[in-house]
Amino acid sequence: MASVNYEISHLRALEAEAIHIMREVAAELENPVLLFSGGKDSLVLLQLALKAFRPGRFPFPIMHVDTGHNFPEVIEFRDRLVGQLGERLIVASVQDSIDAGRVKEETGPRASRNRLQTTPLLDAIEEHGFDAAFGGARRDEERARAKERVFSFRDDFGQWDPKAQRPELWSLYNGRVRKGEHVRVFPISNWTELDVWQYIAEEQLELPPIYFAHRREVFRRDGMLYAVSPFVELMAGEEAFETSVRYRTVGDMSCTGAVESTAGTLESVVNEIAATRITERGETRADDRVTEAAMEDRKREGYF
Amino acid sequence: MTPGAATNGRIDVTAERQSDLLRFATAGSVDDGKSTLIGRLLYETKQIFEDQLEHVEETSRKRGDSYVNLALLTDGLRAEREQGITIDVAYRYFATPRRKFIIADTPGHEQYTRNMVTGASTADLAIVLIDARKGVVEQSRRHAFIASLLRVPHVVFAINKMDLVDYDEAVFERIDEEVSGWANKLDFTDVTFIPVSALHGDNVVERSERMPWYEGPSLLYHLEHVHIGSDRNLIDARLPVQWVIRPMSDAHHDYRGYAGQIASGVFRPGDEIVVQPSGRQTRIRRIEVEGGTEIEEALPPLSVTLLLEDQVDVSRGDMICRAHNHPVPTRELDAMVCWMSDTPLQSRGRYALKHTTRNARAIVDDLRYRIDVNTLHRDEAATELGLNQIGRVALRTSTPLLVDEYRRNRTTGSFILIDEATNDTAGGGMIVGAEPSASELGDGVA
Ligand SMILES: Nc1nc2c(ncn2[C@@H]2O[C@H](COP(=O)(O)OP(=O)(O)O)[C@@H](O)[C@H]2O)c(=O)[nH]1
Repeated sequence: MASVNYEISHLRALEAEAIHIMREVAAELENPVLLFSGGKDSLVLLQLALKAFRPGRFPFPIMHVDTGHNFPEVIEFRDRLVGQLGERLIVASVQDSIDAGRVKEETGPRASRNRLQTTPLLDAIEEHGFDAAFGGARRDEERARAKERVFSFRDDFGQWDPKAQRPELWSLYNGRVRKGEHVRVFPISNWTELDVWQYIAEEQLELPPIYFAHRREVFRRDGMLYAVSPFVELMAGEEAFETSVRYRTVGDMSCTGAVESTAGTLESVVNEIAATRITERGETRADDRVTEAAMEDRKREGYF
Repeated sequence: MTPGAATNGRIDVTAERQSDLLRFATAGSVDDGKSTLIGRLLYETKQIFEDQLEHVEETSRKRGDSYVNLALLTDGLRAEREQGITIDVAYRYFATPRRKFIIADTPGHEQYTRNMVTGASTADLAIVLIDARKGVVEQSRRHAFIASLLRVPHVVFAINKMDLVDYDEAVFERIDEEVSGWANKLDFTDVTFIPVSALHGDNVVERSERMPWYEGPSLLYHLEHVHIGSDRNLIDARLPVQWVIRPMSDAHHDYRGYAGQIASGVFRPGDEIVVQPSGRQTRIRRIEVEGGTEIEEALPPLSVTLLLEDQVDVSRGDMICRAHNHPVPTRELDAMVCWMSDTPLQSRGRYALKHTTRNARAIVDDLRYRIDVNTLHRDEAATELGLNQIGRVALRTSTPLLVDEYRRNRTTGSFILIDEATNDTAGGGMIVGAEPSASELGDGVA
């Protein structure tokens, strides 16, 4: 078979790698869970899980950490999708943690529940005895992630130690954990934002409507646009106005910024992304802007 | 576009042609210019977003650098920012219309051999940086040795800082000759030399007018065009079974799918296969991807599901191969091992071993020699392998493994050793010798 040219596109290669990773976790860990935010990265994870395990059921439940400050469109989308899949959904709620006194609600106009997600997440991992949690993080998102392993070990406190990571060679993943420890597993570590969008286009995945241009009442803060909602207080000098926006990531309503856009179709969104000059996180995530090392600090504490 | 210049620019998402994927590792001693080179590749292929660039400009200003330090683009964790050095493998991404690239950016310190081994383990290509002023140093040899040990199919020696030697051809030639002299012994399949200046961009993306004597391609052009399709082993069909899909639902009552990632070779429906280690033979009935879609051909690195004609007993850890070309199960391994743990490997040491989808326990029968990665000298009196050391080791396993020689198959020829006390990955192994595989002449022997 000397001169056969079997080319595999980069998306197919990335997909194959991700499916391999998911099957390794299913086979080698006792009790995995798939973390689902409703955002595009976690939708790609679900698609990969379908490819890895159908026509069988997923060998793990899906878990959403609900801040209570979500975009209603996303929750509706989540429930419909999980219903269609016929898989089990667990909701870990920030509100419950607040009510139980496990975390304290931030106050003031810049209050956000984003940071508060860590506690209900770790509590749920402990309560259900999960030893692996799939996440949709990508290494291109942020500098602290560039060095994170695909199988990212977490100690008993859910902490990540960037200095003590297991070497990851070939496609041989080491998922050994002791009781109480777990691994975060990132099957799409090697994907870029553009890869994700191209994959969504190729696979024709449905996304929550907020990813496409829509009219929304917003206000400007620190150069970013935020949705007017019951969860944010406007500060002096901030004015609400209506414009056409879309979101690049899905997070807590209080800290996820929108971009002005009229891109109403997947194709036009992908074209806008391809031409963008600002990173996804830099553009739309207030939580990363606070300090230079913000992300790294939160990761050490056990954030996604 | 000038000939030999790379296709610079962001991906055109509407482009007809599909791009493929090239993984490469970079290695160089401290200050050879690795970060600058990577920063330049990212910058010139427009992967650097405005906010990242602003951040770097600001940091450069704070540090009092007289120019925007592109090396800061690849600067990672806080500890490293403080020390000003890179200490772990970091992965970076860029793309041109032809290819998507994954860079395993591996720091070049002596102590960090394990990082380069890690980066090289998945690389299609390795870039070894050499400072034109210093020429070949001990570390250059080590980097070249590791690339050859890990059988990275393509190696580029990038002779950097050519601006500091007046872009002199003689300097380049001298280094080329010296490297070629000893690289011959290293068993490379494809070696390329490119004179560059990472700082000024010469021969990085565009061919430099300051080195008219150099007739080869720019670095990026080479990365975009190097042929990697035939690096894969398409001869020895191997599918390590990862997961058995058994829905046991009414609609799929008798469905049994054997799922895994193709390690090598090509599978087609109708092929006669053998399941190892049981030796049971049958045929492939169907190959599926995406939980149902049928495909006619499965080749590496696709993740697929095989359905077989007969109900044979297959489980995780088994390997599906062609009937006349398969590894013979063995419990004796002869391997090169790179040690990655603070606790040294010792004779009689016991470890957990992971090979493809099979887990076993292994005992070190013999440390045959330790290799000095700088001089390639073999120390046969060595009694242990410390962190970042490499040696030839004889191992015995608790259960039979289905191995090929690493030089023939990077997937079925590699394994990791895990310290059972800490659960840490303690070493990586490449199989040198195993029982000869049961290939019959004429059936896929290269
Ligand atoms: N003149 C010159 N200086 C360079 C070149 N490449 C890198 N440098 C400088 O060499 C120093 C070390 O570079 P850096 O990229 O940090 O090296 P690394 O330790 O290999 O990552 C920095 O001061 C760079 O500006 C080059 O091609 N020419």
